[in-house]
Amino acid sequence: MPDQGTAATPLIEFQSLSRVFGAGAAAVRALDAVDMRIDEGEFIAIMGPSGSGKSTAMNILGCLDTPSSGAYRFKGVEIGRLDPARRALLRRRFIGFVFQGFNLLPRTSAVENVELPLIYRGAPQAERRELAMQALARVGLKGRERHTPAELSGGQQQRVAIARAIVTEPAVLLADEPTGNLDTSMSREIMDLLVALNRGQGITVVMVTHEPDMAAYAERVIRFIDGRIATDEHRGRAA
Amino acid sequence: MVWESVRLALQAIRRNTLRSFLTVLGIIIGVAAVIAMVTIGNGTTAKITSDLAKLGSNLLFVSPGQFGPGRASADAKAFNERDIEAMRAQLRSVRAVAPVSQKSVTLVYGTESRNTVVTGTDNDFFITQDWVLAAGRSFLDGELRAGRAACVIGQTVRDRLFGPAEAIGQNLRVHNVSCEVIGILEAKGQSSFGTDMDDTVLMPLRAFHRRIAGNMDIDRAYVSAVDGADTSRVQADIERLLRERRNIFPGREDDFVVRDMRQIVQTAAGTAAMLTGLLGAVAAVSLLVGGIGIMNIMLVSVTERTREIGIRLAVGAQEEQVLLQFLVEAVVLSLFGGLIGVLLGLGIAAAVTTALGVPLPVDPTIILVAFGFSGLVGIVFGFFPARRAARLDPIEALRHE
Repeated sequence: MPDQGTAATPLIEFQSLSRVFGAGAAAVRALDAVDMRIDEGEFIAIMGPSGSGKSTAMNILGCLDTPSSGAYRFKGVEIGRLDPARRALLRRRFIGFVFQGFNLLPRTSAVENVELPLIYRGAPQAERRELAMQALARVGLKGRERHTPAELSGGQQQRVAIARAIVTEPAVLLADEPTGNLDTSMSREIMDLLVALNRGQGITVVMVTHEPDMAAYAERVIRFIDGRIATDEHRGRAA
Repeated sequence: MVWESVRLALQAIRRNTLRSFLTVLGIIIGVAAVIAMVTIGNGTTAKITSDLAKLGSNLLFVSPGQFGPGRASADAKAFNERDIEAMRAQLRSVRAVAPVSQKSVTLVYGTESRNTVVTGTDNDFFITQDWVLAAGRSFLDGELRAGRAACVIGQTVRDRLFGPAEAIGQNLRVHNVSCEVIGILEAKGQSSFGTDMDDTVLMPLRAFHRRIAGNMDIDRAYVSAVDGADTSRVQADIERLLRERRNIFPGREDDFVVRDMRQIVQTAAGTAAMLTGLLGAVAAVSLLVGGIGIMNIMLVSVTERTREIGIRLAVGAQEEQVLLQFLVEAVVLSLFGGLIGVLLGLGIAAAVTTALGVPLPVDPTIILVAFGFSGLVGIVFGFFPARRAARLDPIEALRHE
């Protein structure tokens, strides 16, 4: 494994990466020879109309999907052709997911939800509980560890989901419309939390959104249209 | 990891208690049925065996005729008193030889009447049948020789005809003979075949012949060998003696049967054991059906929990881990059902055996087998749904509503 975080090796690199669904005349090029580079510590918003390929890009970034052609290098290592078991190991080790619909396990307490990724890492129970409690504290949910999702507000549920994503100290946090199901004030809270995690703890954040207000929190906005990157805009840190 | 899966499974089961219970209901019923059937069956077998043994384990039944296709026992001539005398005189290792002639008659005492089988015999009958007198006495030699109308009655006859009144010394009408009651048998209760052994009247063989049967035939003989005697040798001796007495040429078939009580016990126990096995097999089928129920509900559960599976895969669970989780869940569920089923089955068996008055033999083997089988059912019927869960595409699963 090469050095981490040097300018020479980007955290993530797409090189002429394509993803084609279907075959023959019905084939759809969801991603069409995309070149993209993400460095450690960045906060990126991915925007674009539906069908532009941003979700496909996220799935490939998150090792949930594999490219049809081209290269996907993670810390300089080509991982585009790995089998499902190895991709599961990568997700476990390096990637944290936050979804629009929170995707918490129902009837399961916040702390148990946060422990979930640690279970698959084989962490002992006491250590798991300890780390999960810490993660919940980091997202401002101290005291609510025993609540089930049904007993929490949408914003709090998304905080639990973020705690679950960061409990493993991932290299990158992938957020797919994290504020899509939240009202404006809760959305701001969540965005502030993501910004704090990015700046305070150096977690790389890649977020898909279609709301310009939310994209405004990011330092860099990549816009997809028809499976290609239309614009890639560095803004510097938002005020 | 397995232990972790067990914990996860318990969590999932707890989260949906009602569905979990309904899922395992089939297993509970199946295991309970197997345990109850087999335990009750074994109890009944033990009861039959011990009842028959009570009749005397070194007892042989001798009766004229042959049983089987094309053989009419009615054609064979009956035994007579000289046959009995000859057996007593010539057989070695024999304790008692009781002649038995029976007829169904009406008993009348005062205003009460009752239909009962009367047995003409002698005092050897008490030995071969292990009968003890509760009151009075057995037959005197003079009574037997003269064929006096004296009778020994069973408890049922005593209770029904005499009620609380003293029976001994009273005259009972047997068929159309007035007969003095000289003794009362101790109660034996029901036989394994459901007949009341105490519903009986005994009288001297000669009195029976002369006054009731109107002939000198002896229907059969009960032979009791001495303790420790080789009953099969005694059986062979009886056969040799009777062939000679009945003029059966060598090479011709016997026109009588000698049956060893031990063989009858073995046959009866064998039949009961076979029935037990049959019932157990039927119950095992219901266990199988219970397994299919588990598969059904697990499949529903996998569909219902598609999103959960997607979440687990997204946070880094591998296919094998999801497979293991669902498999362990099915096994834990079915073992749980097996446990409840074992307890329920034993409860049912205890209730039924108490009601039937048979022993309750708790067989750890069948409990282990039923329990193990329920675990196996979990593995077999949990595997397909678990594999389906493990092979879900995480992207599709996360999108699932």
